Amino acid sequence: MNNSKNLVEMKNIHMCFGKVVALKNVDFKVGENEIVGLIGDNGAGKSTLIKILSGVFPPTSGEMYIRGKKISNRGYSVRKAHEYEIETVYQEKALGEKQSLWRNIFIGRQISNFFGFINVKKEKEETERIMKELIGFRGVGVSADSRVGKLSGGERQGIAIGRAMYFNANLIILDEPTAALSTKEVTKVLNFIRKIKESGRSCIYITHHISDTYSVSDRFVFIDRGEIIGEYRKNEISMEELTEKLLMVSARDSGKGDN
Amino acid sequence: MNIKNNKISLPGSRSFRTYAVVLVYIVLMGIFMITAPRAFLDYKIYMAFLSTVPISLVMALGLTFVIIAGEIDLSFCSVMAFSGFIFTYIFINTGSTILAFIASLAAGAVAGFINGIIVAKVKVPSIIATLGTQFFWAGLAVVLSSGRSLIINEIRPSLLYKIFVGRIGGIVPAQAIWAFGIAIILSFILNKHRFGESVMFIGDNRETARMMGVNVDKTLIQIFMLSGVLAAFSSVLLACEMVTWWSTQGPGYLLITIAAVFIGGTSIYGGEGTIFGTVVGAFIIGSITAGIVASGVGGFWTQLVVGLVLLSAVFINTFISKRRT
Repeated sequence: MNNSKNLVEMKNIHMCFGKVVALKNVDFKVGENEIVGLIGDNGAGKSTLIKILSGVFPPTSGEMYIRGKKISNRGYSVRKAHEYEIETVYQEKALGEKQSLWRNIFIGRQISNFFGFINVKKEKEETERIMKELIGFRGVGVSADSRVGKLSGGERQGIAIGRAMYFNANLIILDEPTAALSTKEVTKVLNFIRKIKESGRSCIYITHHISDTYSVSDRFVFIDRGEIIGEYRKNEISMEELTEKLLMVSARDSGKGDN
Repeated sequence: MNIKNNKISLPGSRSFRTYAVVLVYIVLMGIFMITAPRAFLDYKIYMAFLSTVPISLVMALGLTFVIIAGEIDLSFCSVMAFSGFIFTYIFINTGSTILAFIASLAAGAVAGFINGIIVAKVKVPSIIATLGTQFFWAGLAVVLSSGRSLIINEIRPSLLYKIFVGRIGGIVPAQAIWAFGIAIILSFILNKHRFGESVMFIGDNRETARMMGVNVDKTLIQIFMLSGVLAAFSSVLLACEMVTWWSTQGPGYLLITIAAVFIGGTSIYGGEGTIFGTVVGAFIIGSITAGIVASGVGGFWTQLVVGLVLLSAVFINTFISKRRT
């Protein structure tokens, strides 16, 4: 059944933390060169699903296929995910604030000689290239030597995305990349996501801001209380309908909470 | 702005911070040259600094790595006392300087390894872990020596003595060359080696470091081992310079060494710091006592002045950090 069009396919995923059921019967897939908007309220199970896909922890049960190949749940890990060219950019933990951009791009994967000494010149050149060519960085006064602390939130996401692209990630997972950003910064991040699409890669974009995800995503997957409750291609649904759906889900949840 | 333009050092840049500590040193020397011209306009006092400062400087270099990684080592002074005991004891009993030297470094490495394991694997905060090992190694040195001093006059004719604490050209203390040499190597390691980069990321954001593939636990253990080995090396320099080992030699070095690192601009919050700053910081601390005594104001003022210098340095660094953000 698995065709090569799907980069990733997760089937019948269950996830329990003790007695708490975090995911029920989840089927989720990402196609080649597809941007998927994963939408849901806080606590809906978005992060749990992504952590399983990123190899942070295995699902309680279910099957995973990457490019049609079945993956052993137990043998899967963050490192394995990297080998399968899946990279996740977590909002808070993506970059070292006090370090320069070039160090942030190459940390853990340095260009170094036999003795472990880093080729600083080469890393800086490559960083400048990543900034210009891969993510179209237009930051004023930002160079490979700049420290991350000097960058805006949107620029930071750009660097983290650029790093993932440079190291050949084919699926880049962005976990709420715009949660703490101003409108102007959000635009930057959306442009970085368009770069991901242009370069032929795929992306899972997690958010609860419909308007952000609507402009860049090819398909929307709705998750609520651990279940997929709807999947729509962009041409099947308008932004207003999508917003309405999310509001209905939230209202239902808060109604439950009040009782 | 391109990379080249960024080299202009504006207040807030890393290099400005380095200039600030050099400025503090120059001002301090300027004051002493005015208040104690006879001592401070003579080269001999600088040679005296070059013989005494390397002892704490070598330890401060290791401590710089520990603090950049966002940790602290309070045990290095006791590790120094313990490995100094090993050095003198083995030399007295075997007559072999090489054996004594290697055993001493090994003792430092073991002590550092134990610190590293307690911090990285058992997850005890380093301030508590190394406070505990500080008492342990100091106590062990006292117990093993029964509190007695060991005198090693016989070491003077040895090659090791000449290499470590001889006077080059009859003037320059060899330990200064060792300390500067180690500082230069460690500066390269901090700035251009994978290990140094790991240290900075661990101090900056441990989770980021882990997720970017840095082996955090292993690196932490290596950092504490570096601190231990350098404390041991320092103990060898001290034992040779004084031709004596005494069991209570450690505590006197604890605070001045930590102060040297902070005066040098290394951040208590981790993630940044320079070897060069620590070198200058160690010389600032090392010069104050001599400067005060030579100025004739009396040794009682020493601690007060060290306190003022440390506070000013920390003020300057905090001010710079705020400007940057």
